[in-house]
Amino acid sequence: MNRNSEATLSVRDLIVDIPTRHSVLRPVDRVSFDIAPGEILGVVGESGAGKSMTGNAVIGLLTRPAHIASGEIWLNGDRIDHLQGEPMRRLRGKQIGMVFQDPLTSLNPLLTIGDQLRETILEHLDVSKDEAHQRAIDGLKEVGIPAAEERIDAYPHQFSGGMRQRVVIALALCAEPSFIIADEPTTALDVSVQAQIIALLRRLCRERQTAVMLITHDMGVIAEATDRVAVMYAGRLAELGPTKDVLTDPKHPYSIGLMGSTPLASAGKERLTQIEGAMPRLDSLPDGCAFHPRCEHARERCRQNPEPRLEAYQNRAACWFVEDLYL
Amino acid sequence: MSILVAVRNLTRIFDVSKPWLNRLIERRDKALLTAVNKVDFEIEERTVYGLVGESGSGKSTIGKIIVGLLPPSAGAVEIEGVDLYREEDDAKVDAVRSDIQMIFQDPYASLNPRWKVASIITEPVAARGGDTTDMAEKLLEQVGLSARDAGKYPHEFSGGQRQRICIARALASEPRLIVCDEPTSALDVSVQAQVLNLMSDLQDEFGLTYLFISHDLTVVRHMADKVGVLYLGQLVEEADRDTLFDAPLHPYTQMLLEAAPKLDGFGREATPPEGEIPDPINPPSGCVFHPRCPIAVERCKVDPPELRGVGKTRVACHLAETSRD
Repeated sequence: MNRNSEATLSVRDLIVDIPTRHSVLRPVDRVSFDIAPGEILGVVGESGAGKSMTGNAVIGLLTRPAHIASGEIWLNGDRIDHLQGEPMRRLRGKQIGMVFQDPLTSLNPLLTIGDQLRETILEHLDVSKDEAHQRAIDGLKEVGIPAAEERIDAYPHQFSGGMRQRVVIALALCAEPSFIIADEPTTALDVSVQAQIIALLRRLCRERQTAVMLITHDMGVIAEATDRVAVMYAGRLAELGPTKDVLTDPKHPYSIGLMGSTPLASAGKERLTQIEGAMPRLDSLPDGCAFHPRCEHARERCRQNPEPRLEAYQNRAACWFVEDLYL
Repeated sequence: MSILVAVRNLTRIFDVSKPWLNRLIERRDKALLTAVNKVDFEIEERTVYGLVGESGSGKSTIGKIIVGLLPPSAGAVEIEGVDLYREEDDAKVDAVRSDIQMIFQDPYASLNPRWKVASIITEPVAARGGDTTDMAEKLLEQVGLSARDAGKYPHEFSGGQRQRICIARALASEPRLIVCDEPTSALDVSVQAQVLNLMSDLQDEFGLTYLFISHDLTVVRHMADKVGVLYLGQLVEEADRDTLFDAPLHPYTQMLLEAAPKLDGFGREATPPEGEIPDPINPPSGCVFHPRCPIAVERCKVDPPELRGVGKTRVACHLAETSRD
């Protein structure tokens, strides 16, 4: 397990387990990836694929009984997967910024946004109260909130959905973290506002060389915002590679199906390719490749353990027959 | 082809005022929200009409008025030539009503958890005293489920399967028009593809007409024959699919198409649109889009544009002739 020393975030063979009375469920199964400074990694998959679970494991927000069973997570050269309680809390906010789907629930409705920004800045940076106030205003200006000086004393409900998400981004960035995790940041927003938020995230990430993990189910957002993309299926990485390559020339049968079932803006009314069936439940994962019951190319080897795996930097798709499928 | 649905000058105003005592103490006026403002369009039989718009544009309200869940404040909806709200003859209204069905967005909320699937599916027919023998089993197979599923409860199904049950229920009374309000928004892409394909197949098989309401431009482009774009309760542009998507005339439609994420838009550095949808209680004067419009002129601030024909498109913009330059 060699870790990439240049990456901001390195995840190696991460396994998350949820023990239940009958068995142990494994929502994340040996997931490895790196995110370089200034890079946006997209994580895409359908509900239940383990994308949010992976994100929560990285930032130490798994709720019991889910826990990291094995694997390593390195942030800026420090191992963080075993951190708990106070040390982890100090790391979140300072080195890790978070943007979640619903901006209304991630802001405290009883405090003004200025209170929330100042609190975070004072907690993580060694600055005076006046300086914290100034930084809060600068932060709001940077994310494009008009009249930041006056708006800083407003409460979250006084903002629209798009503006609220900007406040959340300002909050995530105010302690100048080196890594941001954005879990479906635009799913609750309208298309035009979504475009604004995506442009904002990209600009800030480029200017500050922040590494971003962008979790979404929207292939369009993936195409426009990310540098590399990881496709997840049943808790495993199915494919990982540069966004353009994965989207235009997917290698894993699941990615191929996923791209085929996305209605193309340029196409007409022809039938969508569909993947028959549904993702298996975690308590009834098939042997071998988790995708084989739905895969039209499945052969004997796919039905048997061990399953194909994606080794970091060695192959792009977790499929035994990647080469054969395209002959 | 004949016109199945005619929406004429449809307006719906909601009273969103505070209670009268609050208004008295706080010295506030009544607050009226115009959710749908003089919307006018027709749906031809056996076609799919797509309504797109962002949240608050009034698309769901129009859907609800058409199926009869909400009365209009002004204007009318005529289905098969019958105005459901003014027609005196109950028998006529009843006959039209049974030709309309609806599919909702959230298949978790639109199925009664205490009913078996068979009762859910046959309800539209049973409520009218029709014969429901073997009906649920047949419909379940038509929507790609198994006849054995009839005895199960909704919680035993996944989101996509539940939406299939909703479709089966909508088909039970052999309707001519199905209003689909965001039917695939709650579903994953691969499941969405299954449901959209199913809906297309059923349309061919039963000669259905769909009013397809969605915020997702790519889905509407995939499904619709004709598309209407709503902004703040007003129909700002309407054209057949290819005309609308290839040559949008209204600046809002252009903005919406530009802002939608594209699958081939790798590292696209488009300038994101300015501003957000304004407060519908105090909409802007003149053309409601003028504060965000890149080509607005003085006239747009005072003179609300009417929907008019420009080429094959109907568009509500003073500058429609030049907006594409």
